[in-house]
Amino acid sequence: MSLHDPFDPNLRTTACNCGHHDSQTEHDADLHETEKLNSRVLQSTVMRALFPQDAERRRFLSAVGASTAWAAISSLIPFGTLEAMAQEKGSLEKKDLKIGFIPITCASPLLMADPLGFYKKQGLNVTMVKTAGWALIRDKVQNREYDASHMLAPMPIAMSMGIGSNPMPLNVATIQNTNGQAITLHVKHKDKRDPKMWKGFKFAVPFEFSMHNFLLRYYVAEHGLDPDKDIQIRVVPPPEMVANLRAGNLDGYLSPDPFNQRAVYDEVGFLHLLSRDLWDGHPCCSFGVPTDFIQQNPNTFAALYRAILTAAAMARDPKNRPLMAEVLSPANYLNQPKTVLEQVLSGKFADGLGNVQNVPNRVDFDPFPWYSMAVWILSQMKRWGYIKGEVRYQDIAEKVYLLTDARKRMAEIGMTPPKADSQKFKVMGKEFDYTKPDAYINSFAIKRT
Amino acid sequence: MRSEFLKAALISLLLFLIFIGAWHMATLPKESATLAGANAEYAALMGKGAEKSGGFPPPAEVGRAFVTYLSDPFYDRGPNDKGIAIQLAHSLGRVGMGFFLAVLVALPLGFAIGMSPLLTRALDPFIQVLKPVSPLAWMPLALYTLKDSSVSGVFVIFICSIWPMLINTAFGVASVRRDWLNVARTLEVRPLRKAFLVILPAAAPTILTGMRISMGIAWLVIVAAEMLVGGTGIGYFVWNEWNNLALPNVIFAITMIGVVGMLLDMVFGRLQKLVTYRE
Repeated sequence: MSLHDPFDPNLRTTACNCGHHDSQTEHDADLHETEKLNSRVLQSTVMRALFPQDAERRRFLSAVGASTAWAAISSLIPFGTLEAMAQEKGSLEKKDLKIGFIPITCASPLLMADPLGFYKKQGLNVTMVKTAGWALIRDKVQNREYDASHMLAPMPIAMSMGIGSNPMPLNVATIQNTNGQAITLHVKHKDKRDPKMWKGFKFAVPFEFSMHNFLLRYYVAEHGLDPDKDIQIRVVPPPEMVANLRAGNLDGYLSPDPFNQRAVYDEVGFLHLLSRDLWDGHPCCSFGVPTDFIQQNPNTFAALYRAILTAAAMARDPKNRPLMAEVLSPANYLNQPKTVLEQVLSGKFADGLGNVQNVPNRVDFDPFPWYSMAVWILSQMKRWGYIKGEVRYQDIAEKVYLLTDARKRMAEIGMTPPKADSQKFKVMGKEFDYTKPDAYINSFAIKRT
Repeated sequence: MRSEFLKAALISLLLFLIFIGAWHMATLPKESATLAGANAEYAALMGKGAEKSGGFPPPAEVGRAFVTYLSDPFYDRGPNDKGIAIQLAHSLGRVGMGFFLAVLVALPLGFAIGMSPLLTRALDPFIQVLKPVSPLAWMPLALYTLKDSSVSGVFVIFICSIWPMLINTAFGVASVRRDWLNVARTLEVRPLRKAFLVILPAAAPTILTGMRISMGIAWLVIVAAEMLVGGTGIGYFVWNEWNNLALPNVIFAITMIGVVGMLLDMVFGRLQKLVTYRE
């Protein structure tokens, strides 16, 4: 590939691949400026596309002169735009961004990027706005009050498909966190550890289109309870769950931390089970961005991507967890006692039953948006009747989850993204084959299809 | 008269002291007997021994919350954590805006309704149906159609505070003494002049009563609306502290809401006195 001036009529075809240097090493050393490199790549690609024959191109260039050729071609082709698209570090289209979040540990990467200055480093001025519930997040994203937002992993899928809202194309840039949820029961139910004894219980989940709802349904259904008939599942915003549990309004909930640990800390609940015991490595929250925002602000989006991935990489390292508890505990972010956050993030915690447990992967922050995660989410949405009829699982997953982008950006900042696009995994010991979601749904006894 | 006032103040103070005393007694820390057998590590993770509020906060703790927040009312630690004065200013701004819009609509409309028995009858069913709707019921509709949460907040204030003003204005205008209107007619006063110089002063006390009730409702509504919409304001402050189950701060906020509500009511009480007349 020629990376030097493609308008130079005196190109040699020997030595290096552009013909300007005596050797390839000399050539490579010359190409250090990325921006220059980018525009060269573009220019040569265009020149080569216009004149596929080397001899013909040279004849054209020596006949009209390089600058005339350049002027003629650039009048036809918007090089500026093309370059902006190719140059990731180009100028930011929008610097002041508003991002919504729910005060839960799932939002850690998004949140910590603010006090640790990762957004600033990318030239962004981000305002993190605390929001009262997921329905409000949905509305504020639809109203364009937020440029992007912390969202539950199924929300961008549901919103893109227009389920539970007007259709609005959204993308999942990264998964925010994996694991990190739990089933908390009221202390009065300490002797009712078997789900079969839960008939008539009132449970809360943060939102209909949440992993919490799907995992809780899956869990009770595996124990023979019909989640629509034998128990009651209510939608309660996470921050209000502990207060409701204390008031006896709820028997338990499957909710994001820190509200599980907070219930233990306030001696109103105990941890029945961590969500990692259901599906180790399940996604929970994601970073959702409207598709048109990405199209209109490619550079801003790229910068945002880098900031969040940097934070995610940092959050994955157990060494950094105490620091995270420190920066996230003030009222501006999670507004929780530091010791509660430490227990959630370090995985060394009191379970409310008198034991100290040590589960280092209680929460993790793997940002990679596997397609197979989206397919599983869709399979559960179909299983419980949220979507009817034929579902094009793979198409929707590929449209909503920005896996290729995530892989590229992860590599850019030195993370090692997985090579595969999808993977098989087990939920409560049962394998999920992402190539056969319909067969998977049919294999369940309790379903709504 | 003077001694009456002193006596009342004394009784108020006494009641307050009894209340605080009873509260203090009721929230005296109990001996923690739960730790028998449990190991020290578990206790530490549960926050025992450290500063942790168990149960309802004692008055001293609430007092500390008062001191902390009132000593620095203007701090700004990011978009989700601002001082109490800033929060109250946001709430008052929203209330003022919604209330002002409600006045703009309610007074002319109330005049029209009050002067025409036909309009009164025609609009009555609508007013009766819309009046009792709770502010929070309007919120989803407002968010969906107005597509902006702060505008929705103002709208909810507007829609809830308009009714008492509208009804009172109409009533006040309709019940202006016939004699005065007849006098105005004999003197051939033009309609506009009649409205401003005869009807308005005559109906002013009733109108202001309506405004006073409206302002009370607006202040009630703002807290609920801000708890729902979030972002800024005293309602958001309560919600944020509720998330952290920080009851001392919630009690502090409740007191502030009460005090500000009282001040607003006093302002309208004064205005009311200004326009009251004796026949």
